[in-house]
Amino acid sequence: MVCEQCQQRKATVHLTRIINGEKTESHLCEMCAAESGDMGWMMEPTFSIHSLLGGLLDVEQGTLKRKETRCSHCGQSYRDFTERGLFGCSSCYETFSSQIPPLLRRVQGTMEHRGKVPVRAEGMVKVKRQLEQLRRELEEAVINEEYELAAKLRDHLKTLEKQVEGEK
Amino acid sequence: MLETLSRWTLGEGPNAEYVVSSRVRLARNLKDYSFPHLLNREQAQEIIDEVQDITAQSFSTYQLREYDDLGLQVLIEKHLISLLLAEQKHNSALVIGDDDSASIMVNEEDHFRLQSIMPGLELRKGLYQVQHLDNLLEEHLEFAFSEQIGYLTACPTNVGTGLRASVMLHLPALVMTGQIGPVLSTLSKFGVVVRGLYGEGTEALGNLFQISNQITLGSEEEEIISNLELITNKIIEQEKLARKKLTHDALLRLEDRVGRALGTLTNARIINSAEAMKHLSDVRLGIDLGIISDIPAKAFNELLLLMQPAMLQALERKKLTAMERDIKRASVIREHLSKRMEGR
Repeated sequence: MVCEQCQQRKATVHLTRIINGEKTESHLCEMCAAESGDMGWMMEPTFSIHSLLGGLLDVEQGTLKRKETRCSHCGQSYRDFTERGLFGCSSCYETFSSQIPPLLRRVQGTMEHRGKVPVRAEGMVKVKRQLEQLRRELEEAVINEEYELAAKLRDHLKTLEKQVEGEK
Repeated sequence: MLETLSRWTLGEGPNAEYVVSSRVRLARNLKDYSFPHLLNREQAQEIIDEVQDITAQSFSTYQLREYDDLGLQVLIEKHLISLLLAEQKHNSALVIGDDDSASIMVNEEDHFRLQSIMPGLELRKGLYQVQHLDNLLEEHLEFAFSEQIGYLTACPTNVGTGLRASVMLHLPALVMTGQIGPVLSTLSKFGVVVRGLYGEGTEALGNLFQISNQITLGSEEEEIISNLELITNKIIEQEKLARKKLTHDALLRLEDRVGRALGTLTNARIINSAEAMKHLSDVRLGIDLGIISDIPAKAFNELLLLMQPAMLQALERKKLTAMERDIKRASVIREHLSKRMEGR
């Protein structure tokens, strides 16, 4: 077979690409193949860091033998992650919280974020803490039969909860 | 957007003799959507529409499905989009400011990749730009964030700050003096990743190397930037020493090499990209060392972009075979160099 680019040299590189279900084939000589790759001179490496990463974790953790837990938000399992190297959604980090620490220690060497915090999260963190506090006080009030106080606390709790709902 | 040159080709900025460009990017995701690879068209479009609304005042949004393959390739060569974004063109978009140094890739591996590309060593400015963009989005959107591990990303290698910063370095003297190997292997001990651009290990084409931070979690954004800047400055020092040694010990050889490179570039009628990159690197070194004085340094950066295959085809406004590209490349280089030599 002759190279379809230069029509001169023998085609020794045979490429099959499937992009969005559309299959294209190309047959090139080594020179033209190298040339056709030159658009990529500053791009990401061609091997998938994700599947490499996923594969490593798989062997090390023996996750395939585990019973499959699926993320309630996106439906992905940890196995899906190990195959693809990508989580399905941010809730996966909670769903697979037991696997996350060894994973992060391996790829990042640490577990503690010290960088930027979104302003919104700052506010929410405060409100959430306040809510927890109120719930504890309410429980206590009920146990102590302080119904007047409990009613007050309940009202306060409701307004705060509404606020949180509104933020979402 | 397709036919103009990018700002990173200006060849200016601090340490432009060694640093072609600086890039900074932040990965961000929305809390309520699955990561892009699991989104259907409608969900992906909702995200694009939302970010378009938020940024409409100073940014334009381009749906990538409206571009053909050649157009997408040009955007890749200009470093505006990644291959992945192009492959996902039915669900993805590019949001870009009038000055094309700041942009957002929407629905790449993460929902948002905020990025900045500047000529020269400008990591701090880059960080400032993407953080400014981040603050703007954050006013309107709730990002996936954990108090413990920071910004959540599709791939755990980006978790935390979501920050990846990189510099593209031109290191011809370290390569010529055979010192690049030891210099680069020392670097890996300092939390950075080095890649020769195109080619393996020390055989980087055009003597261009990209250096980026390895880890995104556990440090503040400023620390990551400072560390990379520090390391970059150390490499620049070594390259400076090597250039000095070359001009001291082997000036005639160097002048010969630079002159031959310029001779080839100004006379070749057919040239492939590997050969062109090699000679361009020599010419750029010649400019930096004062061996060539009638060509401005930016001609090198401009040609780095102009000689790429899709750019050549965009200039010609049609698809070209490999041979036709080599011919077009030679003529673009000849014309561009003579234009710049005449100060046009």
